[in-house]
Amino acid sequence: GVLERSREQLLRQTCEAVVLGVLHPRTAISLVLQVLSDAGSLLSCCLNAACMALLDAGLPLSALFCGVTCALQPDGTILLDPTARQEQEARAILTFAIASSERKVLMATTKGSCSVEEMQQCLAAAQRAADTIFQFYRDSVRRRYSK
Amino acid sequence: MAAERGTAAEALVGQVVLPGDLLLLPAHYDEDAEGERLRLSAGAAPQGRLLCGPGLRRSGAGLLVTKCGLLRHRPGGGGAYWVDSQQKRYVPVKGDHVIGIVTAKAGDVFRLDVGGSEPASLSYLAFEGATKRNRPNVQVGDLIYGQFVVANKDMEPEMVCIDSSGKSSGMGIIGQDGFLFKVSLGLIRKLLAPKCEIIQELSQLYPFELVLGMNGRIWVKAKTVQQTLIIVNILEACEYMTAEQRKQALAKLSGN
Repeated sequence: GVLERSREQLLRQTCEAVVLGVLHPRTAISLVLQVLSDAGSLLSCCLNAACMALLDAGLPLSALFCGVTCALQPDGTILLDPTARQEQEARAILTFAIASSERKVLMATTKGSCSVEEMQQCLAAAQRAADTIFQFYRDSVRRRYSK
Repeated sequence: MAAERGTAAEALVGQVVLPGDLLLLPAHYDEDAEGERLRLSAGAAPQGRLLCGPGLRRSGAGLLVTKCGLLRHRPGGGGAYWVDSQQKRYVPVKGDHVIGIVTAKAGDVFRLDVGGSEPASLSYLAFEGATKRNRPNVQVGDLIYGQFVVANKDMEPEMVCIDSSGKSSGMGIIGQDGFLFKVSLGLIRKLLAPKCEIIQELSQLYPFELVLGMNGRIWVKAKTVQQTLIIVNILEACEYMTAEQRKQALAKLSGN
């Protein structure tokens, strides 16, 4: 459907920004993501899974990326990684794809309405949360190469 | 900017590095060090150019990591850094010896599937002792062991079955029977290391013929089908078994 297509486009743009395509001209890289269970924050989960898959396949990347979802509740508090229930009750859901090089933003998508200051606050919170995810990537890779 | 983000390359040798990490090289390689060309430093700076191997790209004054894996360093001759990564997908590299499967004969050229993104081409004259009158007997579906003479990202890879002096040195059509299977590239590199224990232990079990292709393909042939399959299973499992588990498995088999 249209929702899946838009998610595909967002994922594709994020991956194209980090994959070093110059090393593989005239080659198609296809990434297949299968949703086993959806408990909220699906797009950022897909982003994280996509990054780990690209890492595992050995494709040359210029940086790592991760996805963080923020939910803006009606009273103004920011919630990171909301569940499906929290997503429904929120005033706005913002998803950011953040790169590991200087925490730059690769992709931002919003559902709902929020002010510019609130978006800046959500972005700052997401950039801080990205550190935890990158540390998880590092620990996973360390475990894999320790065998 | 780069200085606060990068870490010294020597500090990370033998550790896991991830894409996006910036490695800083020691100062002796920096050529524009404030106008001083000759520096008398206490440590002997290795002469020669630094080699930037697979998984690394030059960026500014340092090296950018592009694949995840363990950082390795070889100090001889100017030094070389590379990332030891595990992957299953093969990318053709000039000089690699690989096993290819013949998929088509197009005039004077055979098309081989080597596991990369494009089929490789092999001319019929690239065999030892081949002339226009004396063509090699290659059919579709045959296995060929050869090396790449052209392999870069811009051109279709080309293979030959002779080395630079015109001798075949073990390359050519792989004989009848035997079993071809695919493993990860890391296991092949481990098996090709000098004095590999796995091969030595297996050779004490049964006599067998083995061809290892750098594209992850292994061809095995032993006296009977059962022995061949046993060797295939052990080689596939070697990826995940520790040395003790492997010795136990081989002891059980040789006891039978």
